[in-house]
Amino acid sequence: MRTALILLFLLAVGAVPGSLLPQRPLNPGRTSGYIRAHGSWGRFLDGIGMFDVFGSVWFAAIYLLLFVSLIGCLIPRIRLHARAVTRKPLPAPRNLDRLPESGSFETSDNVDAYLDSARAVLGRRWRVVRREDASGAVTLSAEKGYSRETGNLIFHVALLASLVLIAIGRLYSYQGSEIVVQGHGFCNVVAQYDSWQPGRFAAEGKIRPAPFCIDKLTRFTAAYTDSGEPSKFAADIVYRPSVDDPSTRARITVNHPLRLQGDRVYLIGHGFAPRVTIRMPDGTVRHDTEPFVPQDAATLQSEGAFKLQGKPGAKQDVGVAATFSPTPVPQSAQTFTSASPQVRNPILGIAIYLGDLNYQGLPQSVYSLDTSKMKLSGAANLRVGQKKTLSNGVSVTFDGWVPWASLQVSHDPAQGFLLWSALAMVVGLLGSLGVRRRRLWLRVTPAGDSSDAPHTVVSVGGLARSDSGNFSTEFAALFERLRSVGRPARAAVLTGTE
Amino acid sequence: MAGIDGSAAHLSDTVFTTAIAVYALAMVSYVAEYAFGRRGRVAATAAVRELVTVGSPRTDATTASPPARGGAERLGRFAVALTVLGVALHALSIAIRGIAVDAVPWSNMYEFASVAGLVGVLAFLGVLWKAPTIRHLGGFVLLPVILMMFLAGTVLYSKAQPLVPALQSYWLGIHVTLVSIAEGALMTSAVLTVLFLVKHRADKHPGSTGAFSNLATRLPAAETLDKVAYRIVAFAFPLYTVAIICGAIWAEAAWGRYWGWDPKETWAFVVWVIYACYLHARATAGWKGRAAAWVNLAGFFAITFNFLIVNIVVSGLHSYAGLS
Ligand code: HEM
Repeated sequence: MRTALILLFLLAVGAVPGSLLPQRPLNPGRTSGYIRAHGSWGRFLDGIGMFDVFGSVWFAAIYLLLFVSLIGCLIPRIRLHARAVTRKPLPAPRNLDRLPESGSFETSDNVDAYLDSARAVLGRRWRVVRREDASGAVTLSAEKGYSRETGNLIFHVALLASLVLIAIGRLYSYQGSEIVVQGHGFCNVVAQYDSWQPGRFAAEGKIRPAPFCIDKLTRFTAAYTDSGEPSKFAADIVYRPSVDDPSTRARITVNHPLRLQGDRVYLIGHGFAPRVTIRMPDGTVRHDTEPFVPQDAATLQSEGAFKLQGKPGAKQDVGVAATFSPTPVPQSAQTFTSASPQVRNPILGIAIYLGDLNYQGLPQSVYSLDTSKMKLSGAANLRVGQKKTLSNGVSVTFDGWVPWASLQVSHDPAQGFLLWSALAMVVGLLGSLGVRRRRLWLRVTPAGDSSDAPHTVVSVGGLARSDSGNFSTEFAALFERLRSVGRPARAAVLTGTE
Repeated sequence: MAGIDGSAAHLSDTVFTTAIAVYALAMVSYVAEYAFGRRGRVAATAAVRELVTVGSPRTDATTASPPARGGAERLGRFAVALTVLGVALHALSIAIRGIAVDAVPWSNMYEFASVAGLVGVLAFLGVLWKAPTIRHLGGFVLLPVILMMFLAGTVLYSKAQPLVPALQSYWLGIHVTLVSIAEGALMTSAVLTVLFLVKHRADKHPGSTGAFSNLATRLPAAETLDKVAYRIVAFAFPLYTVAIICGAIWAEAAWGRYWGWDPKETWAFVVWVIYACYLHARATAGWKGRAAAWVNLAGFFAITFNFLIVNIVVSGLHSYAGLS
């Protein structure tokens, strides 16, 4: 017990830094910022895993020790309990009045008649055994509340099972997310994801994502209240559960993911993809639609870029760095920000660059421009339909926008079982904390026949095996019932402390 | 989702303020009863209980309370009546708020604090029902409730608002209801635990005088306080467990994972483990009594931390606080 206590305590204390320090898996940006700001102290904390507490070696060590200690204490307890359940209740101690609760009375019933009545009082909830003393007295040993220990064991076993299921879930899980512009789609293939977080087996390629496709985001809808609070987000999609299946329609909303065999598809974010028409330096006309990244979750003021390559090596690439303000409000003389995520006469603020987009030929972020080999050639704030033309004939027209939705695919084959296991924990807890374990003994002694009427002395003793609650009251009530079923003789004496 | 019914929301606020005033009055009455009540009351009641046990064990302890003692007794009854009135108003204010926002009314800190406070008072009334002798302790339970409601009505207050999409789930109703019931009950347990520690200390140093020992003489037996505090945890712990499970079910539906060590989740876990520690401590030789009591208080500290600091200072996905 002491080990369990210490390990539980460590577990609680160990979890605390995980909530107070930024955690890399949740927020990599803030984590590296924190480390930079705190110099060697930050690096020290990093070294001991403080920025990934729940993935750290020492947290795993506490968890594993707890696991081992739990197994170590459960096995003997299960064996003991199995024995206790099959065994008869213990014989009565010699002196019942030494027990925490006891009392005695006399009845004019004879021994057997009284014992029958007493058994009837105890009913089915008590397990009762009758024994005869050497002295000729008869004892009843009664016990109840076995399900307390049963419940406690169920709880701890289910806890173990839960830990195992969490670990299995981690090993077999994967998670990918993808920004889908309305009208487009994707398949559940690693290469298609913007972000991919595999569990160990998925990372090793031992499990492969199920072959389903979200063929098309037909429509994304956002609804707002009068005061501008979001009230509903919904993504209408067409999907195929497996590549060869026929297409099916479905709607994904924030609390209602699409649940496929083994995978779930969530709607986790949304934004805007402005559409532009660009006349290139060589006179060709191109169309482009790019998803922009929201800079502010409350107003969806967004940023992004359009990148159009001209003839290779001709330094005729056009890059447009842009901001999209759904409900524009002037921020300074030249720039706009947004007052609301609702689109009302939006503005696309553009800065047009000419030159070489990717002189290094390396992969780049699609949301920003590398302007080191480009020249700023013009800027404007465009409403839908407006156009900015440069002196060399290059122009950018803001044609409109479509929404995009960020869809996340999650896979965790163990979570359904985990739910059952967690429910078993609750059931076990209810037994463990709700049931009281009690022992009761009756010694029924024929008191000679010197007097005219037969009479019998009954002594009763009780013991609370667990949390005594108000056992005195409980005992007193039971004592009273046991007394009143016998034909009265003389007064009862009830003694007892708690 | 319908909009907000402004006049109902306003009415709810008024009733809420009235409930605070009624509680405050009740608290004053409890304290007055406590101050004017005679010293020997606990001893007397304990003796009566023994008597009753012998005579007719079925008798409810209510009838066992000592014969009316004039002023103090009347004050005490008045305080209970006020508490019941306060609870009725408090519940009414929450119900009206629910009608105003057309959803379960505990989705931000103000609403949550209000509900938890209500549960705390209800838990006290429940304990009072079973053990009338603790009546004069009512002030100790009402004081934190009033403080919390005051804080809720001022600092944490947010206007009645419809729910953002992530909160539109019936699991929210179940999850937050259970959390506030469990935490309200655990608050009462913590109050009793503090009183237990006071009594325990006084029992150890019988000769000492001062405010604490003065208080201690009027408290029920240390063992009783400890036991009632435990029974409350035994009731609240499974509830809290179910609440966390419902939270996980909701997180799975809303965020794509049942558990993500978000600060709020982490603290819920910490609280859960501390109360598991408490239950173990009570069953461990050498940890019973005082040590276990401190674990109980650590648990309540963690709840408070989770509610105030994590909501206001540490940001996470659970940004339901409604403060901005
Ligand atoms: C996260 C881990 C654990 C949790 C949440 C937990 C929770 C609980 C709970 C709620 C009880 C019921 C207490 C009561 O009856 O009042 C209990 C009892 C018990 N636990 Fe654990 N436990 C954990 C780990 C362990 C471990 C590792 C051990 C053994 C090394 C252990 C041994 C026991 C024993 C022996 C009891 C019976 C206490 C009694 O009622 O006499 N537990 N536990």
